[in-house]
Amino acid sequence: MSIKLTIMEQMAQVAREQGRTLAPLRDDLALLDSGLDSLGIAVLVARLEDRLGTDPFTSADDVQFPVTVGDFVKAYEHGAR
Amino acid sequence: MNMARAEAPSLRRYVERAPAEQFLFDRASHTRVADLARATSLGGGLAALAGRSVLLATSSQLASALALIELDGIARRITILPPDVDRVHVGALLTDAECDAAVIDDARNAASFDLPIRIARAPNIVSIEQAPTVSVRTEWVLLTSGTTGVPKMVVHSLAGLTAAISVSTDSQVVWGTFYDIRRYGGLQIFLRAVLGGASLVLSSAGEPVAEHLLRLARHGITHLSGTPSHWRRALMSPEISKISPRYVRLSGEIADQTILDSLRAAFPQASIGHAYAATEAGVGFAVNDGAAGFPVEYLEGIRDGVEMKVVDGSLRVRSPGTASRYVGAGRAPLLDADGFVDTGDMVERRGDRYFFIGRKGGIINIGGLKVHPEEVEAVINQHPRVRMSLVRAKRSPVTGAIVIADVVLKSAAGPSRGEPDVKDEILELCRGALPRHKVPATISFVPALAVAATGKLARRG
Repeated sequence: MSIKLTIMEQMAQVAREQGRTLAPLRDDLALLDSGLDSLGIAVLVARLEDRLGTDPFTSADDVQFPVTVGDFVKAYEHGAR
Repeated sequence: MNMARAEAPSLRRYVERAPAEQFLFDRASHTRVADLARATSLGGGLAALAGRSVLLATSSQLASALALIELDGIARRITILPPDVDRVHVGALLTDAECDAAVIDDARNAASFDLPIRIARAPNIVSIEQAPTVSVRTEWVLLTSGTTGVPKMVVHSLAGLTAAISVSTDSQVVWGTFYDIRRYGGLQIFLRAVLGGASLVLSSAGEPVAEHLLRLARHGITHLSGTPSHWRRALMSPEISKISPRYVRLSGEIADQTILDSLRAAFPQASIGHAYAATEAGVGFAVNDGAAGFPVEYLEGIRDGVEMKVVDGSLRVRSPGTASRYVGAGRAPLLDADGFVDTGDMVERRGDRYFFIGRKGGIINIGGLKVHPEEVEAVINQHPRVRMSLVRAKRSPVTGAIVIADVVLKSAAGPSRGEPDVKDEILELCRGALPRHKVPATISFVPALAVAATGKLARRG
């Protein structure tokens, strides 16, 4: 499964668990407008670390936490390279 | 017997009237308690230890047990070194406790202690012509079980340590404990046995749980004590079916309803009690109604000499059993202005009971919201497939920290469902019982969880 697909699937899963509705996901959508709040995103990052074996935001020193969904996905794709 | 000795409160007094069938057992050997009235385990060294500040640093629990009986009332101070104390701290402890002698049982350890007197425990006890005269009220110094830094040393007296013990001699009782008697919880059981004329079965270092249980069974233990983590581990062993204690005691950690119910199911005939005690605070109370937490009435008035109050959510205790002070410079006073010890154990009132929810210092901060790991573990442990769990913080770039859980499952009995299903069920259980920020973000199944030498779940600092 592609990294992007895994992320989308996990976002849907976390939203479901937290009783939230996910907005239609576009690359330029602000992460905090996706339907997940900061706790939801924190859970998402932890789940993705389990699935993908990396947390690109905690392991690097100077990474800005991404603002948009597109940047979020890119951070993982970049980390995988 | 001269009057002065009869009046001196010392363990030797109990030994002098010990029943002939009272023994202390460990894996390798045993000692008849009554024999110590006219014999010594310290070779010719007992007289030289009179009036000294003695470090008790034996490798075996039995050796420590014998030395405690012999030295109480003889040594000025006994500092009991638990086996798991980091060696780098020993120098500081020796200095602070002003130790001028040590009792060891393994010559290889001799070099560790730069002290003028070292008395190795003789392999067998040898007769002495006359019992030594009990002349002092010995200070008992116990180490706290904190996980970081130099352990604190806490001063107790025999009177304080035994304040919660009502002596009714019953040589039919055989005590066992999963604890090490060189910690407060285990020491309580040792003293209960000695004062009550009961035998005691000690654990041995590195002994597998199954073997320990078989040994407890062989000695026919009637009373058995340990932490909830000790008990969960014992319940994972098939040998648990070999023992049939009539009294099951838990202390040292929060006893949640699940472990109480599991023990009730395992020992339908037993009386099951969970006790609250801490190295500094002494014994607070015991709860025998089979329910977690304790009744709110326990905070009213004085119960068995013990007074309790809750300040900022933390339990405070004042009783004859509380320690008097810390040894060593630079320690904050142990007692508050009113003589209460702040236990740092956080409680929460629900209906007519108080429940322990965790340690004051053990809080996980999730974006400003607080979580006690123990309250989440109590929920996870309710799942029928879960044996034990450890909740901890994981760094999060978003909220600073999030809650994650390591879970040990019971061995699969009958048709086992897939682990992903169990994971979802546990999360569902948590979501139903806890606010969102307390629900673990991830759950990992692990084969086992580390239990520290204190018997408590090992939590990383």
